[in-house]
Amino acid sequence: MLTKRIIPCLDIKDGRTVKGVNFVDLRDAGDPVALASAYAEQGADELVFLDISATQEQRKTFASLVKDIARHINIPFTVGGGISSVEDVAPLLEAGADKVSVNSSAVRNPQLINELSKAFGAQCIVLAIDARKIDNAWIVHTHGGKNPTDKKLFTWAKEGQDRGAGEILFTSMDHDGTKNGYAIDPLSKLHELLTIPVIASGGAGSMGHFADVFALAKADAALAASVFHFGEIQIPELKTFLKNHNIPVRL
Amino acid sequence: MKTVILKYNAGNIQSVSHALELLVVDFEITDEVEKIQSADKVIFPGVGEASTTMAYLKNKKLDQVIRDLKQPVLGICLGMQLMCKHSEENDISCLGIFDEVVKKFEASKEFKVPHMGWNNLTLTNSWPEKALENSSVYFVHSYYVPVNEFTTAVSDYIVPFSAAMKKDNFYAVQFHPEKSAQAGERILKSFLAI
Repeated sequence: MLTKRIIPCLDIKDGRTVKGVNFVDLRDAGDPVALASAYAEQGADELVFLDISATQEQRKTFASLVKDIARHINIPFTVGGGISSVEDVAPLLEAGADKVSVNSSAVRNPQLINELSKAFGAQCIVLAIDARKIDNAWIVHTHGGKNPTDKKLFTWAKEGQDRGAGEILFTSMDHDGTKNGYAIDPLSKLHELLTIPVIASGGAGSMGHFADVFALAKADAALAASVFHFGEIQIPELKTFLKNHNIPVRL
Repeated sequence: MKTVILKYNAGNIQSVSHALELLVVDFEITDEVEKIQSADKVIFPGVGEASTTMAYLKNKKLDQVIRDLKQPVLGICLGMQLMCKHSEENDISCLGIFDEVVKKFEASKEFKVPHMGWNNLTLTNSWPEKALENSSVYFVHSYYVPVNEFTTAVSDYIVPFSAAMKKDNFYAVQFHPEKSAQAGERILKSFLAI
């Protein structure tokens, strides 16, 4: 049986993990490779690395970091941040990344999804969408949630699928950082609407939230950052908890 | 002991080579016919689209080279599908090592396609080794090989399908051992130990 995926997300700047990561038993929690290996050991099903570098110089560091990560972990991982062309993607996949995620650049230029999917296959193209509810509509935002656009979540997700994305990573900005649980309603609707897998993001605060997003919203995967980084939720315990709630997981 | 990773336009060559590095295996990535033929083991990776990769192999005359190999050969993912007779992916003829047709998964609300993530193995043969019974491995694919006389491990998604196959010196897995943590490592090791 296909299991539900648990995906820790690491923000990277200038080759180092950011956000006060406080990982138990890790000498250097700023070292993405060490952190990634620890998560893989604990039973994470995939990892996401998001490059939030501001400068071109820092971006180069990221590409070499991807190679280093690929050499040390043997589970799949996605990289994202600042990807806007086929030329940006090729070196990342060659370095050993399994998938890339695109966000703002795809909103600006939707054709990018078609181009990437054709060049590398749908299975390695993740369309990341940040959205927030405004006047009863889920409005897509870009640039880390700063800029509202004229796109709406559901039509954009469907368009992304039709253009060749292999997965949708939906972050509810209304839920992100609240630790009050995932955005069950829009995630359920995405599940109904799409025939590609959906990764839920934003709002994880307890193990029950993971159970809900899988059981109620039928998400295929759940992504979280701080609850893992601060050791508030340990992956082995989380998986045992989910199994006890009849949710299929890899133990 | 020399292992060769067959070099062609497949997407996961780096990942497979990283996995072999972790296992400290002596290997080379090459498309040189002599080196492929004289290797002790050949790994035939694969991520991508069937018709373009098949066209590439034919153009390089590697299709016949692969068919004629006598040493243990391991096809991974698309590599396994290309070892079959025919693929529904753009309706093309493949290598024909396994006399099987590769079919497309029908997507639905309940069953998303690609089949992406960790799924468990039910073993039906001595390879992969018994210790891997029910272990989870990582899959990413939209096409599958139905269960057949060569199937050695079955997984279930929409329908039961071939997760692993074996015929003479040809071994094949639909999943990605190079991305399947300890279980994948074991499978690669067991192939390299044949």
